[in-house]
Amino acid sequence: MIAEAGLAALWLAFALALLQLGLGVAGLTGGRDVLLGAVRPVAVVQGLLTAIAFVMLIWLFLRSDMSVELVALNSHSDKPWLYKFAGTWGNHEGSMLLWVAVLAFAGAAVALFERRLDERTLMATLAAQAFIGIGFYAFLLFSSNPFTRLDPAPAQGQGLNPLLQDPGLAFHPPTLYFGYVGLSIAFSFAVGALVTRDVGADFARAMRPWVLISWVFLTLGITAGSYWAYYELGWGGWWFWDPVENASLMPWLAATALLHSVTVLATRDGLRAWTVMLAVVAFSMSMVGTFLVRSGILTSVHAFAVDPTRGSFILALLVIYIGGAMALYGFRVGTVREGSTFEAVSREGALVANNLLLSAILGIVLIGTLYPLGVEAVTGDKLSVGPPYFNAAAGPLALILVAIMAVGPLLKWRRDTLKPLAKRLALPILITALALAAVLAMAPGIGIFPLLGLVLALGVGAASVAPLWKRNLRRTPLFTYGMVIAHLGIAVSLAGMACESAFTKETLVAARLGETEHVGPFAVRLDGVAPIAGPNWTALEATLTVTRGDGKPFILKPEARMFPSPPTETSEAAIKTVFDGQLYTVLGKADEQGRWQLRLWWKPWVTLIWLGGVLIALGGLLSLIGHMRRERKLLDRKLYG
Amino acid sequence: MKAKHQRLTLGVVALVAIIGAALLAMSALKDQAAYFYSPADVKRTRIEPGKAVRLGGMVADKSIVRQPDGVTIRFVVADGADTVPVVFKGIVPDLFKENSGVVAEGRFDAGGTFIADNILAKHDERYMPPQLEGDKHKTGKVE
Repeated sequence: MIAEAGLAALWLAFALALLQLGLGVAGLTGGRDVLLGAVRPVAVVQGLLTAIAFVMLIWLFLRSDMSVELVALNSHSDKPWLYKFAGTWGNHEGSMLLWVAVLAFAGAAVALFERRLDERTLMATLAAQAFIGIGFYAFLLFSSNPFTRLDPAPAQGQGLNPLLQDPGLAFHPPTLYFGYVGLSIAFSFAVGALVTRDVGADFARAMRPWVLISWVFLTLGITAGSYWAYYELGWGGWWFWDPVENASLMPWLAATALLHSVTVLATRDGLRAWTVMLAVVAFSMSMVGTFLVRSGILTSVHAFAVDPTRGSFILALLVIYIGGAMALYGFRVGTVREGSTFEAVSREGALVANNLLLSAILGIVLIGTLYPLGVEAVTGDKLSVGPPYFNAAAGPLALILVAIMAVGPLLKWRRDTLKPLAKRLALPILITALALAAVLAMAPGIGIFPLLGLVLALGVGAASVAPLWKRNLRRTPLFTYGMVIAHLGIAVSLAGMACESAFTKETLVAARLGETEHVGPFAVRLDGVAPIAGPNWTALEATLTVTRGDGKPFILKPEARMFPSPPTETSEAAIKTVFDGQLYTVLGKADEQGRWQLRLWWKPWVTLIWLGGVLIALGGLLSLIGHMRRERKLLDRKLYG
Repeated sequence: MKAKHQRLTLGVVALVAIIGAALLAMSALKDQAAYFYSPADVKRTRIEPGKAVRLGGMVADKSIVRQPDGVTIRFVVADGADTVPVVFKGIVPDLFKENSGVVAEGRFDAGGTFIADNILAKHDERYMPPQLEGDKHKTGKVE
């Protein structure tokens, strides 16, 4: 019954989405406000119904109900409850249901909380959100039904991909989806504003919190995904330029650009057409990413071996939504009045540079990600585009972008001159110069990218706090702190990346029991290898005793795990975090002479990469709270005079 | 500056940036895209030593030889028509074995030996590199 209830909820939500679209369109064209009044409650109920469907699926997974095909194919009753729970979205249908649930939830949140947007624009927005929903409900119901029954029910399920059996699965996909799909709100806002010709500063102020919150989730989701890949895959890398990673990076780049341009629109009423464009592009990138990941054209741990007809279905949705929004944009952009102007040397000018660079990086990532697919479709040649391309093409632009980030916040809106700027930048420039000298003196052999990265990180770190210089810190608004912390986070993350690529030490050996190997400042002794058993796996576990100089020794236990269902081996790295980096150890295979392969990495300051990511998200959160406080104050003033 | 002029200027700047990025991307792709070759392709086309490529095929029977250092292996990739010798230093994936599919990433040295930086093996029944699957991947469910 639970599966049927879930399916019924999903069908009802689908019907309500149709109703929501119909009401919105009829109300807007006929000008009947009665119809418009019904849109909000319909959106809320639609969100609730999808949430119910999603909870039903979780319940089925928790109970290991093998009469449901999805559970039987992807779960196993031996699994710990956390993986039964998180396994709900560790498969194609379940993750699409999560996607749709977040979409409907976002629509419901807008219906409940959005009070600043012009009422007619809001209705157009909710109608657009329902229109997106309709396509994805249809996709779920007609080609990816998560509630299909299996008769007869098997006695046991086939289990979850062991690489996904990690607490990361409980956190990374939902966070990422909230960001990814949350951007649908910006998309629908843009469509709504184009329909009612209502693009202006008020529109931007209403849209900004939604963009910010999605962006915070997206940042956290990417950061978590990066750390998860780092410790779970056992390859010691934190970013592989895998198409699936790019699929999450592209919406982030677009959303970051949008976040900055929406500020120009909100504060100065400039960049109107461009901001609307970015709002459309950001969610379009989310949909492109969904297509790449969910269509089965890529192979990775994310692509759950799916039926290829689904790819065509998502592709059709993509064409309809992106094409439709772009066509609307083309027709209506001429009617968007020009906003206010500004000089090249101004805050707006720097933000335009930020937007162009982010868009250029986005273009480079998009081309690199789609190129292999295009070539294979046209010529049949198989090729892969990897880190060398992305680093060479996007790296220099990213460094320029970071340099501009240091300067931008110190410029005045509308018009500024370079002289006072030079004064405010004097200290950061001095720090940059000292850093350059210090790095060249202490680490003369490091490559040009790590060198520039490290030096820029130090200079930009100093410059990013410069906007607080000589300000009354208690009267500084929260969103200024948010900006400072987010920019500082970029510098921290950049420093981590540069250190990781410049100073990582690696040792790869076959060690006998009792032998001591060295990596960086550590001495690692292999004490023994013993079999152990977990809830649904067995493993070989090495015991490593590690000492650093005269420090107290500590033990690390990397494992090689065997999962019986499905039969898979995974390597569980053992990682020791110290204040200045991480020691990363992987156990390999035994050879005939009884030696064990050990792979040891010493990665100085690598943790800064993810610490920076968390700071960036925290900055976004502070900025969100700051803006919402101010908006409430303005709203109160408007209402009560 | 008039608003109209400003919009025009911004439009032109954006266009230049987009074209510039596309050109940068295209030139980088030309140098950096790693093509996928089977041993038969390797025989047919001359691949420059040092260029990043991917090599795919089956690990030939009884070809895996462990080197004395315990972490380097030599093996032969075959596709029924031709064979290519490969050297790899590292921990091989769990499902890497003889008579099983493999994709190696790396480059050729001057002597025609493939120096692999990375080895991808068929992960399990449900997660398979499409290069190994070929037509099966396109026609239906991967089993």
